[in-house]
Amino acid sequence: MVAHADTRVVHRGGSKINFRAPVITQDSRFLICVSGECIKVFSTSTEECIHHLQGHKELVTGLVLNPSNHLQVFSCSEDGTIRLWDFTDGILIRVTLLHLKTPSTLHSVPGHCKKFGLVSLNLPPSVEQHVMVKGHTIVFQSVSTDPKCIAFGQGVRMHALTHSLTHSLTHSHTVFGFALGTSGEMAARNAFTCVACHPKDDCIATGHGDGKIRLWRNFNQEKEYTFSTVHWHHSGVNALCFTPEGTNLLSGGLESVLVQWRYGQEGQKDFLPRLGSSIKEIVVSPDGSLFCTSHTDNKITVIKNCTKVSAVIQGLVHGDGVKTALMVDPRTKALVLNGKPGHLQFYSLQRDQQLYNLDIVQQEYINQSNLDQFEVVKAALDSRGSWLATVEQRSAKEVEISLKLWAFDEHTQSFVLNTTISAPHDGPISEICFSPSSQNSTTLVSVSLDGHFKAWQLTQPDPSDGKQSDEEASWSCDFVGDYHSLEPKCCCFSADGSLLAVSFKEVVTVWSPASWDLLTTLSQPPGAIQDLCFGRLSCSKYLLGATDKNLCCWNLLTCSLEWSTALDVSLLLADPLSENVACPFLFVFRPSEPRPHFSQQALCTGRVTRAVFAPRDEPLDGCEESSQWLNRSQLYFLTHNMELLTFLTKPEEERLMALSKQVAVLKKHKQEFLHTSCLLFISLFISQFALTLSAIMTLVLSILT
Amino acid sequence: MASFKPTRIQVYPKLGEKVTQDTLYWKNYKAPVQIKEFGAITSIDFSPLAPHTYAVTASTRVHIYGPFSQEPVKTFTRFKDTAYSGRFRSDGQLLVAGCEDSAVRLFDVSGRVAIRMFKGHTKAVHVADFTSHGYQILTGSDDYTCKLWDIPNSAELTSYKEHTDYIRCGITSKLNRDLFFTGSYDHTLKLFDARVDKSVMNMDHGQPVESLLLYPSEGLLVSAGGRYVKVWDLLKGGQPLVSLKNHHKTVTSLCLGSNGQRLLSASLDRHVKVYSTTNYKVVHNFDYAASILSLGLAPDDESIVVGMTNGILSIKHKRTPEDSKGAVQQKRQPAYRIFVKGKNYVPKQEDYLVSKPVRQYLAKYDKLLRKFNVSKALDEAMEVSTIPMAVIKELDRRGTLKNALAGRDEKELCQLLSFVIMNLVDTRFTATLTTMAEMLLDIYQSTVGMSSLVDRQLLRLQELLDKETEYQQELMEVLGMLDVLFASAHPRKEVTLPGDGANGHVFLMYTYIYV
Repeated sequence: MVAHADTRVVHRGGSKINFRAPVITQDSRFLICVSGECIKVFSTSTEECIHHLQGHKELVTGLVLNPSNHLQVFSCSEDGTIRLWDFTDGILIRVTLLHLKTPSTLHSVPGHCKKFGLVSLNLPPSVEQHVMVKGHTIVFQSVSTDPKCIAFGQGVRMHALTHSLTHSLTHSHTVFGFALGTSGEMAARNAFTCVACHPKDDCIATGHGDGKIRLWRNFNQEKEYTFSTVHWHHSGVNALCFTPEGTNLLSGGLESVLVQWRYGQEGQKDFLPRLGSSIKEIVVSPDGSLFCTSHTDNKITVIKNCTKVSAVIQGLVHGDGVKTALMVDPRTKALVLNGKPGHLQFYSLQRDQQLYNLDIVQQEYINQSNLDQFEVVKAALDSRGSWLATVEQRSAKEVEISLKLWAFDEHTQSFVLNTTISAPHDGPISEICFSPSSQNSTTLVSVSLDGHFKAWQLTQPDPSDGKQSDEEASWSCDFVGDYHSLEPKCCCFSADGSLLAVSFKEVVTVWSPASWDLLTTLSQPPGAIQDLCFGRLSCSKYLLGATDKNLCCWNLLTCSLEWSTALDVSLLLADPLSENVACPFLFVFRPSEPRPHFSQQALCTGRVTRAVFAPRDEPLDGCEESSQWLNRSQLYFLTHNMELLTFLTKPEEERLMALSKQVAVLKKHKQEFLHTSCLLFISLFISQFALTLSAIMTLVLSILT
Repeated sequence: MASFKPTRIQVYPKLGEKVTQDTLYWKNYKAPVQIKEFGAITSIDFSPLAPHTYAVTASTRVHIYGPFSQEPVKTFTRFKDTAYSGRFRSDGQLLVAGCEDSAVRLFDVSGRVAIRMFKGHTKAVHVADFTSHGYQILTGSDDYTCKLWDIPNSAELTSYKEHTDYIRCGITSKLNRDLFFTGSYDHTLKLFDARVDKSVMNMDHGQPVESLLLYPSEGLLVSAGGRYVKVWDLLKGGQPLVSLKNHHKTVTSLCLGSNGQRLLSASLDRHVKVYSTTNYKVVHNFDYAASILSLGLAPDDESIVVGMTNGILSIKHKRTPEDSKGAVQQKRQPAYRIFVKGKNYVPKQEDYLVSKPVRQYLAKYDKLLRKFNVSKALDEAMEVSTIPMAVIKELDRRGTLKNALAGRDEKELCQLLSFVIMNLVDTRFTATLTTMAEMLLDIYQSTVGMSSLVDRQLLRLQELLDKETEYQQELMEVLGMLDVLFASAHPRKEVTLPGDGANGHVFLMYTYIYV
């Protein structure tokens, strides 16, 4: 294999902004949240992203405002540094290196043998750019990795939670532990999930797996503590937060309802329902005017005056997996994939921002575990982006399928439902695709495991009928095809739309969409066909098929096998703008010759499940042979743990670097920012056996008084 | 905060009825005006002249109605017994009517008293009509004879006694003053020529003839009798052209509409059917409350007048574009000023538009669903006929259908079961309703035998299922038979494998069956 030093795999957008709780600034104008390796600053009123704070080399794992200067924010990362930023100008002020050994495979180590500890660090006052901190004290060992399980009360009293059935309290370096009943079936469900400290009273609220909230009081002695229980959530409480004055307690969970309890009168509560998806974190601004909830669907909601959703910051939704293929909308150049349950998201790759969410299922989403929900399983866009086809499926006792066709409305600039076909097939649909022919006649082919493939055609209303002209064009079935009652798997149209290839197990059948005649059959046993792809441009006479073991290329002029090679390929991708075909793990080749002109193994950890060629706005003029295939379009791919990656060529990278350097010219920023020394508590990852302090997980800052 | 998404009510295409030009045209009538007459209405005849008044014969009277009047503008009451067949002359000045007492009376439309009386029949006269020049009258009677009378001296001109049963219908030619047709209960239609002393054409309808109609061109004759409407080609010597059987009771009346483009037939089965005269297909259907005896259509289809056995005269007027507009405006009138407020305001450039929050209105079952009141939502949905399926599906999706079905009393359970029985075999609902039925049986199996009402419903359900399985089995058998037929009908494909072509081996490959 040739090493390709000039192309590099990079993360590109779509990172999780709900990984850690966001931070609201003192004046409630900005919202700071982690986003993969960088930190994003959003405006709370306009939802606009104001700054990308870039500098960390690894995942950012914690954020906290500098208590002594409210225009600065500390961040910590898995790369072992703590950085101090000025978020109004987007400038890095200081880097603190922790003298800790960080294993590089941190996130892939199963956590059962490791425990996390909470350590405190003393940040020396300094004006240097790079500072090393060596000493640290372990405050508390074995805490949960989740920062929700650590809360600070008045002064330095600290409250930590383990993931077991006990919770512990440290108070001036003495530790108290409180446990709930561990017997019976109740015990399995009432584990602690989160904790919050009342800002004024001696009261601690804890959330539990069974949906109860317990308010603990009088806990200075280990024996005499009391607790009261309130219960509204039907499943675990994910987040708890007191308002700054301590008058209200906010809680949230799977139900996606924000519950507001009156402190002292827990019977009274207010609800803010239908926030979209389950709540992960709740944050209240220091003046109490803004609530901020982060959700499991990579969304941050800003709630004004306790009642009104004023802003929604939405990242790329990471569902349970991409069921639809990755697609690029030809109009907006946005990446299209399924997002929230029952929705299709349009995600702009250039701006790293979700453009809009299209509600496909149009049903009230019920937040309840083990409920069979309707899910968008297939989607296809036609070549001009004027039609969208979606398949939604619910597999309860019998499979419920409906095929929906959406027309692009120029007026509203979004898709409008045109036709709903309920139960288009008897079995699950394995693939749908539009014919690429550009004229008025558009054909959609759906392939189902029930042994049939169906062609759907747009029928214009008969203009001779006169009065019925208000009736819109709609879709209806044109042809039903099968082949020896074999199960079809995939289908593909040739670039000019004159041929349709449908694979039935080992056999590829080629049909003429004009007359629906079976033209020829091709096969190269053994192994069922996994994917099909026609060549483009000068290679349009070739048809590629990937089986479990082989990659075959047929010449359609002679109807014979041109070449085949033993290769395990499950996905074939044709670049719409060139002859290139890619198959991850990555080979890029032209169908005319079986020699790849680019190959790279071990792209990333995990298997690549989905990929797409996104056409570039302006083609690059890279002259190096190995990166020429990236000139016209960019290859984006998604790993099984939902990371969106892409290839970056060297000239492109240089250009980007130049851009970012212009912005990040470091001003001399010698503020008197560290006159008071800070005590930094960091929860660390301590291997019980090796006892080497390794990685930083959470950052919590508290001022020594 | 996203708003609650209401339950989608799936609209199923209506089977059978297709909206065509004709349905739109024939539905474009206002709600009928109904007038109660004294007895069964046997005849309706429109005046051929402009205001198009019409004569309605019922009981012992002939009423003349104006085109839009609800009350008769004129009444002729000088009948000793039931009157029949009140008809206008072509100038609209005279009106003739038969009577049960065998006398035929001629009236001046502006007068009251009969100006002539024709006596000569021995039994009730059901048919009376003017000949085309207007000086003679044709009558047909239950004494099996038909006669021609001279109006000026009220003398009988000719009498034909060829029919062997009651003569109940007759029509004169509008083009030739000497020709007329009669139809009788002896199943025959006869064409008479006044210049000859016997019938010139004979047609056999096969049923007692109730009504006759002549096309304006007079090339075709339409007869109605029994359940049949038959069209005869006169130019081919009375050959039958078509026989229509669209009613399930005796057809009583015929008339032409849309300038001869459409044929209407009325029947005792309470329907009026509209046929296209080009292909004789039914293009529209009207339903009425009682058996229809007579039917009249104003020129240009301005109104449809139907007389029924219960003495009700139903008049439908065509809807004009102004009518539909007027109705809407009238409704608004009380609050007109409020609605018009600010309507003419032209926004200025610096104006800031404050949008009012749109309130979401939810149906009652949606409100209950939002509150997770599943049982009440199901109850609410069952009240209205179209939505239970959508709500049941929604409950099933939410996984709460079982909760909604549980805890019902006898009456409610019966309602649910009868709903299941009614819709279970509809293929569009079968999947959902099978789940529901299974759940019902699961929940209530312990109570079987405790209520006779519920047990009866369960037995009905069982019966239905048995019938359905039997039916499906039969269908499968038919399908199997068809498969065999198709397979034998298709020639077997013999394919020569290219590789073995040299050896001349012929392989029988596959038989393709496309059904």
